[in-house]
Amino acid sequence: MKSLSEIDTTSKRASKAVGFSWGEAEEIGKSIRLLELFGFQGIKNLNHYYNLKINQKFENLSLIKANNISKNNYYCPITLGINFLDQIRSLEKYKQIKFNKVAFPLLMLSFLSRSSEIIGKKINVRFDDAEFLLNLNVNIASNLLNNDCPINADNFEVNIIDNKDNFSEEDWKSLYKISEQTFVEETDSSKQGAAGAGLTDND
Amino acid sequence: MKVQLRDPNIIMKLSRLGSFHQSKLSFLRSFLDEFKDWEFKNDLFDLDENGFGTVIYSFKKKDRVYSLICYANNISDEERSDRVIATKWDAAFTLHDGIPSKSDIERLRNEVPRQEVGRLSYKELTLSRANKSVRVFNHVVDRLSKGQQPDLELLNKVGYLYRTTAVYGSGKFGLADRFRIKNREEINGPFRLEMMLVYLVRQFTFDQVNHIAKFKSPKTAVKLDNRICKNLGIGNSTGLGMAPFIVNHPTLLNNWIMSREVALKEIREIKKASPEEIKIFKESLRNSIKNITSWNTESEYQQKKINSLLDNIQKFLRFIEKKFNFETDYPFNRIYLWLEENKCEECIEYVVSMMLEPFDDIVKPLIRKMSSDEDQYFTIPTDRTVEDLRIIIEKRYSNILKINFEKKENYKNFWFISKNKEEPRYADRFEENGSDLEQPLAIARDIKKLHEILLKTKNSLTIDKFLIENADLRHVTRRAFIIEKFPYSEIQDNTIGEKVIPIDMLRLKLSFFGALKFDPRSDKWLRICMFQGAPLPKDLKNFDPHWVYNS
Repeated sequence: MKSLSEIDTTSKRASKAVGFSWGEAEEIGKSIRLLELFGFQGIKNLNHYYNLKINQKFENLSLIKANNISKNNYYCPITLGINFLDQIRSLEKYKQIKFNKVAFPLLMLSFLSRSSEIIGKKINVRFDDAEFLLNLNVNIASNLLNNDCPINADNFEVNIIDNKDNFSEEDWKSLYKISEQTFVEETDSSKQGAAGAGLTDND
Repeated sequence: MKVQLRDPNIIMKLSRLGSFHQSKLSFLRSFLDEFKDWEFKNDLFDLDENGFGTVIYSFKKKDRVYSLICYANNISDEERSDRVIATKWDAAFTLHDGIPSKSDIERLRNEVPRQEVGRLSYKELTLSRANKSVRVFNHVVDRLSKGQQPDLELLNKVGYLYRTTAVYGSGKFGLADRFRIKNREEINGPFRLEMMLVYLVRQFTFDQVNHIAKFKSPKTAVKLDNRICKNLGIGNSTGLGMAPFIVNHPTLLNNWIMSREVALKEIREIKKASPEEIKIFKESLRNSIKNITSWNTESEYQQKKINSLLDNIQKFLRFIEKKFNFETDYPFNRIYLWLEENKCEECIEYVVSMMLEPFDDIVKPLIRKMSSDEDQYFTIPTDRTVEDLRIIIEKRYSNILKINFEKKENYKNFWFISKNKEEPRYADRFEENGSDLEQPLAIARDIKKLHEILLKTKNSLTIDKFLIENADLRHVTRRAFIIEKFPYSEIQDNTIGEKVIPIDMLRLKLSFFGALKFDPRSDKWLRICMFQGAPLPKDLKNFDPHWVYNS
């Protein structure tokens, strides 16, 4: 088994070799490490992409907007991922960001995962039949875990999820009521001796 | 009185970093402190009459066990080489997490002796190999087998029976990644498992030499005297592999240097030193002289440094014994200021190390701060502006910005990774090929380039937009935001200039390891000694904390 340190170093060096800058290569190394740590096929996708990249043209998108259309080629997932990460604070306001064509979409996920951590919000990603929930860079939930990820994604959709409860108020109240069974009824004397007792609150 | 931390522009220069010495903060010393109450055992000793076979040692506490598995091999003199291109060694070692099963021992027997071309697993933590100092080893075997102890003069000259030529950890060749074990209390300090490996290898060398002598002459052989063992360490040949590490781990470097600087600052702020503290400081200093006089090297460069150090330390000793009044307020601050005024860098840093000796209460809490969760600081704060970045660079890299990189002498060299061994190398860009594959270790040059571009860029532009057009400067943009928070994270020098002495970078790292007797064999590699004078495992429960000077 390869260690994550080996995965990081080799991905970084390969990325430099195919033309990314050292700073970008560092980001890619960390990104592939993260994908592999979370159980996704980072190495497989990166290797496939770099081999295709020799003969195939991919689009580099610099400034990301809410709706991003590439007329010809698929977007490079790495440039897109790094720019998404860099621009996340300004992208946050869009709530939903769409890309019509993304090559090797799996490679973009770890950048989105890190973006989720930066803004402190979960991010939902959908393309084809695949769906991912990026949880503040702590983990990635997916319906694609053991399947190959599509090489190309048409209609890649990123939804930034506002921080809100994942349960109903009724569920919360019900559970809270159960938790109250650990509380003890106070006597009058213990109320009188509690913090702040005996002082005037208007001092 | 408040003392300021020393200026990174001075402390982080290569000549100063290359003058650092071991101290109480050094990793091998903090390792011994941490593991002194662990149970040491020799679990397996399966060597043949020539000393070839398998040996296992362990450290155990409650449910945690670390086991060193040693494979001693038969190699010919022609095969023995300390160079990184070697493929066979007298012995190979791995530190296994837990108690190895029989199948682990067999699996590792096929992998560990092959080192870089073998594959380890997440159950192994560190990997190393070592060669005998044949002259010393054979002499010791010969003498012991005749019932005599070895010639101390020869032993003192070399200082060890074996020298390691590499110690690997943190995920190399399939070893466990650091994240798997980082929450363990006992290894909350850098390189602790590497130190454990080297320490246990030292014990192996004694046990092996005794075993061979016994087989050679069962009736007359005696064991190597424990006092002699104690004064032997483990040698190490170290090349450029270590140098990029300190550039590639900026927050870790900061935490090492910061701990030392905070310790020095707090010691300088002590108003009155106790008689006991003064005694420890003076004794350590006096006793340390023999570490300097027994420091052997053929390197003219190092010899000059040693002679100057010896002369300076002797003068300093006379000063504190005859002229200096320790009753004065802030005695260590006065000593430090006197050193700055009168002594060379090597001497200043030597005495700084010595100042840490009496102050466990200051030093010990700092040891826990010497690791770093580097991923935490990896992300570039892209919402900051070009102006922010420019101000950071002008404040933190002021000396670097003065270097003229138009001059050939200032960018003469480059760092690269060798194809055959995947090891860092350093070469002249005007004489050798490969500078187009230069590693990103020319930080000074790239910072200067970044600054020049920032000067031409609109101040209010945010970094996310700046990086769209300047992806080639992303690595140094990241570093600049790191140094904003970590002032000692960067070498304040040009690492590719004509006058660079790469072993200064090695020396810095090795001093934090706790190495003694730096012996440069060229400007690109050196030999050192580790654990010389350290307590033996059987004495760990109660040892002299100032053993480095008192052995």
